[in-house]
Amino acid sequence: MHRITLVKILTLLFLTVTISVKAQHDTPEKETVHVESSDSEKGSLRTEIKEYINHHLLDSYDFSLFSYTNDTGEHIYWSAPLPVILFDGGLKVFSSSKFHHGETVANVSGNYYKVFHNKIYKTNAEGTINLDDHHHPTNAKPLDFSITKNVTVIFLVGLLMFFMFSRMAKSYKKNGLMPKGMGRLLEPIVLYIRDDIAIPNIGKKHYKKYMSYLLTVFFFVWIINLLGLTPLGVNVTNNIAVTLALALITYILTTFTANKNYWKHIFWMPGVPVPMKFILAPIELLGTIIKPFSLMIRLYANITAGHIVLMSIIGLMFIFKSWIGSPLSFGLAFALALLELLVAALQAYIFTMLSALYFGMAVEEHDDH
Amino acid sequence: MNIPEIVGAGLIVIGAGLGIGRIGGSAMDAIARQPEASGKIQTAMLIAAALIEGIGFAALFAA
Amino acid sequence: MDKLIEQFSLGLFFWQLILFVGLVLLLKKFAWGPILNSVSEREEGIKSALDEAENARKEMQNLNADNARILKEARAERDILLKEAREMKDAIITEAKDEAQVQANKVVEQAQATIQSEKQAAIADLKNQVAELSINIAEKVVRGELSDKNKQTKLVEDLLKEVTIS
Repeated sequence: MHRITLVKILTLLFLTVTISVKAQHDTPEKETVHVESSDSEKGSLRTEIKEYINHHLLDSYDFSLFSYTNDTGEHIYWSAPLPVILFDGGLKVFSSSKFHHGETVANVSGNYYKVFHNKIYKTNAEGTINLDDHHHPTNAKPLDFSITKNVTVIFLVGLLMFFMFSRMAKSYKKNGLMPKGMGRLLEPIVLYIRDDIAIPNIGKKHYKKYMSYLLTVFFFVWIINLLGLTPLGVNVTNNIAVTLALALITYILTTFTANKNYWKHIFWMPGVPVPMKFILAPIELLGTIIKPFSLMIRLYANITAGHIVLMSIIGLMFIFKSWIGSPLSFGLAFALALLELLVAALQAYIFTMLSALYFGMAVEEHDDH
Repeated sequence: MNIPEIVGAGLIVIGAGLGIGRIGGSAMDAIARQPEASGKIQTAMLIAAALIEGIGFAALFAA
Repeated sequence: MDKLIEQFSLGLFFWQLILFVGLVLLLKKFAWGPILNSVSEREEGIKSALDEAENARKEMQNLNADNARILKEARAERDILLKEAREMKDAIITEAKDEAQVQANKVVEQAQATIQSEKQAAIADLKNQVAELSINIAEKVVRGELSDKNKQTKLVEDLLKEVTIS
């Protein structure tokens, strides 16, 4: 009883204080004095936050957890350097520590490279980046196959999945066809993918050959999405390259396992007049490319949008310089993080589901209608 | 980003939002009418929503 | 769109493709294959166990039905036997009754015949004795009467009278 009244009083206090603070803020006379300074300050802060978010969304050449500026004005990075692999007149492998987090020019056997907007460019010894009118660098880009942060994370997730699922597979043997430990948790998901995604969409006859891909892609996307929500700051699925690779595999699998019926429906749609067939063929052909394209864009955009919004809300904490900012930002960020947890699983599910749907179209067998 | 792009993006978001909202509402109706088929309805709803979302995102990037 | 293309990194694409395809193949060999096999094996096992149980149940049902049928048959047979026995008993009883009746009738008839004949004999005997007696009496009376002439005459007369009357 006491506690409830206390809570009520606190809420009331909170509300009144909030309103009074707002009221203070709204008084015009006070604003006029501060406007210029706070505006410019806020503007720079805003751009800084924007930069930070952009930086977060991009790949990087070292595995950095966080960085700060210490009292002497020195940038301290908590990070591990990763190997950089370049093809530029021969294979060049060196450690990303040579870039000093993009601050210096790396000198590798007479060639100079510099990181600009998270991409490696070939420069002269001073590290000049020439920009064109659109702010795009005109410097030469070497072929870059570096083991970046994202590649490391992909590799680690692959390793994790391999150990997780091979252990699960072994536990079946030992335990009389029943999984043990983690497997108990994972088996319903595996069965769900088989019974509710693969079989209804692909059909009992053909589903087996796609199961490995569907399961791998589901767990891979899910785990990597979840990792993106951890404070590790890894962010794999919001790289168009990653989603393109996944969508491409779906496209290739669809195209190369498709049966005659599938191609017939694309190039010579049965049941429509001949002139229509000529019109439909390019549309259908385009459709086969649009399908994986939408897969790619969907995953990429969902995760990117989620990250941008989440980070912007966290950024609010710095923009609101009053004490309301932090709890507000925290509450919103918390709610949004919960939503993102759902989205992480949902996007993995949708990707798997739609892949299965496309495979199902490819192997569908039915009489001409 | 300049004004037309922003307006276009807004229109896309409105359209996609309306579409997904309609799908969600219809799915709710369908589930209320046939609760035993809710699993199938949910799957169909997600697929339809995902397709609209895909188009929406594609348009957003084009804008 | 430009931003997307600009952001695209060939290296990441390459590594993702290689690592992912490798992961799919590895997991197929070491995880998904065995897991799915085990699961389907288990499901087969469960299914066959269920089928077996179902079969056993059916067999049991058949057996029960058989038992019931046999019991029913036995009961019917018993009923028939009992009925037959009852009928036989009834037949025997009626037969015996009839026989007894016939016998009794015969006995009665014989007895009646015997009685009749005895009666006849007794009557005849009695008649004889009465005749003898009456002869004797008549003799004695005659003797007494004949001792006197008058009396003799009278007697004769009486007799004659009688004769004429009768």
